[in-house]
Amino acid sequence: MSFLRELWLFMRVRKKYWLFPVIVMMFVLGGLLMLSQGSAVAPMIYTLF
Amino acid sequence: MRILGISAFYHDSAAVLVDGGRIVAAAQEERFTRRKHDADYPANAVAYCLDQAGIQLGEVDRVAFYDKPFLKFERLLETYVAFAPRGFRSFRMAVPVWIREKLFQKDLLRRKLRALAPDVDWHARLLFAEHHQSHAASAFYPSPFHDAVVLTMDGVGEWATTSVAIGHGNDLEMTREIHFPHSLGLLYSAFTYYTGFKVNSGEYKLMGLAPYGKPTYSKIILDHLIDLKPDGTFRLNLRYFDYCTGLTMTNGKFDALFGAPPRQPDEPLTQWHMDLAASAQAVIEEAVLRLTRSLRKEIGIPYLCLAGGVALNCVANGKVLRDGRFDGVWIQPAAGDAGGALGAALTASHRLFGEPRPSVSSGRSGAGAPPRHSRESGNPSASPSACGKDAMHGAFLGPAFSLDQVRRALDAAGARYETLADDALIDTTAEALAAGQAVGWFQGRMEFGPRALGNRSILGDARSPTMQKTLNLKVKHRESFRPFAPSVLREEVADWFELDRDSPYMLLVADVRTERRKPPAQAQEALFGIDRLNVPRSDVPAVTHVDYSARVQTVHRETNPRYHALLEAFKAKTGCPVIVNTSFNVRGEPIVCTPADAFRCFMGTDIDCLAIGNCFLRKEAQDPALKREYADSFEPD
Repeated sequence: MSFLRELWLFMRVRKKYWLFPVIVMMFVLGGLLMLSQGSAVAPMIYTLF
Repeated sequence: MRILGISAFYHDSAAVLVDGGRIVAAAQEERFTRRKHDADYPANAVAYCLDQAGIQLGEVDRVAFYDKPFLKFERLLETYVAFAPRGFRSFRMAVPVWIREKLFQKDLLRRKLRALAPDVDWHARLLFAEHHQSHAASAFYPSPFHDAVVLTMDGVGEWATTSVAIGHGNDLEMTREIHFPHSLGLLYSAFTYYTGFKVNSGEYKLMGLAPYGKPTYSKIILDHLIDLKPDGTFRLNLRYFDYCTGLTMTNGKFDALFGAPPRQPDEPLTQWHMDLAASAQAVIEEAVLRLTRSLRKEIGIPYLCLAGGVALNCVANGKVLRDGRFDGVWIQPAAGDAGGALGAALTASHRLFGEPRPSVSSGRSGAGAPPRHSRESGNPSASPSACGKDAMHGAFLGPAFSLDQVRRALDAAGARYETLADDALIDTTAEALAAGQAVGWFQGRMEFGPRALGNRSILGDARSPTMQKTLNLKVKHRESFRPFAPSVLREEVADWFELDRDSPYMLLVADVRTERRKPPAQAQEALFGIDRLNVPRSDVPAVTHVDYSARVQTVHRETNPRYHALLEAFKAKTGCPVIVNTSFNVRGEPIVCTPADAFRCFMGTDIDCLAIGNCFLRKEAQDPALKREYADSFEPD
């Protein structure tokens, strides 16, 4: 719960409310990817992400 | 106030403890876990820092983390949105990692801290600094300057890839930034990748390869890849790079520009790769020089601090110094992300809580004091970056081991050794060096940062024409084209190198003095690649690169009296105050931390002698059954 509160606070301070639907989409898509992959492996390039 | 600084979760995790504005302890996690560039939460480094200070975690007033995970997340999302639908492959791999781990770094940190100190309200005590603010703070606060312009350059932090800050006493104000995806660090990493080295660790190799080549591709880079303005600001042409959307640094258009695909790591290096390395290096140097010149002109402060991964490019640093625009240049020895832990802690200590800066506060408080430059309180040798005047304690901030601890470790490992008095140890070691032997030198506190500065080092005779090859191939097991760095007595540096300043952290490159050079014969000049390196070029061939340059470390009696005494003893025997200093490890291995690590490395390589504290070991005296295949146990970097 504290995570959601902090994320909301972050979007408010940064005035980036438009990120909210993107984040929801990312969680849905990311959740599906996790279910299909089974493991999370970071890209093997410079740790940009 | 006691502040614990932490960097973690990307690469080079580290912990630092600052107490009352003074740096008490600092160490990278890789040294304890023995995993190079370890990115996990630095549990061992934190435990060491607390142990060094003799406190429990609950006695720490604040914990400062070196970057802001949500800002990084914002950059990730905005990048994917900006490039959509391209980048789905990268998205597919990165997003699950973020959902599982990276987005919850704050919670993870709190959990880790709560496990050690359950009664503390970590919501209130946990602070976050921006990535480049941490870098800038790590460069400015320990520097000997009261006022300085601070330039930080790296791959990328949250958004910033290059930033400028102005430091004044305890205040450090970020004034301008260049944002991702435009990055000097990523441009250099692109060429690191393209020439077949590992990104984020092979950049040193690209820099070492550059002197073998000619910068014949610089114009192509400037015409096509980077729009470099006269003031040093820049934009990359993203049509040639893949890192925003793909899983590699460069793309097919980049290959077409240079006429070939990237080199695979097992393919041989050709003159073409060397020319590419020289060209990338020349462009980076030009960009850094334009930036520093314009900053000097616009801001007017005559002192410069540098940090961020690009500040580890000691060839570019040497050019900035010789450019003469600044009266003093100070570079954070842990300029990479490990140093971010230090910067985060120092930001909290000096900026948030107003604690005095030890490097500038003698007699007057740093905060609120009238502007003054460090030369007034600095070393009379006209070097404002004087060692001993900064607050880094020579970067010797890691663990040390008592004679009892060393003996117990050696006994447990089955080592055969003799215990010598200080003078005898130094004399015996100098004798071994003068006889051309490779010596493991393990003394005092471990260094913080990527360089071994004479406490976890492998040493050799710089006069030997075969030492470079021997150390590269038989001891370090690394690429034969890579040169070694010299340690030289501070008092003698100007007699051997074109350098009249302190360079205690091995972050400045300077040429060997003309009268010390030996021009190779015409036939030798025609040699190629590593064969050129093996031609003796000076009185100290083991540390002289093919362009007569050397990555100089000046050794100071004030910060490392034992190592200084060793160099003096070597000079007394040979007339030469210069020795080879390379880190005590093999390729792909973190620098040794404990006596047990040192003994393992000693027995797994062709190091002839090992001096750990006052214990001296000779290879021929050891039980041959303890020898082991060692170099293959680490993944090549």
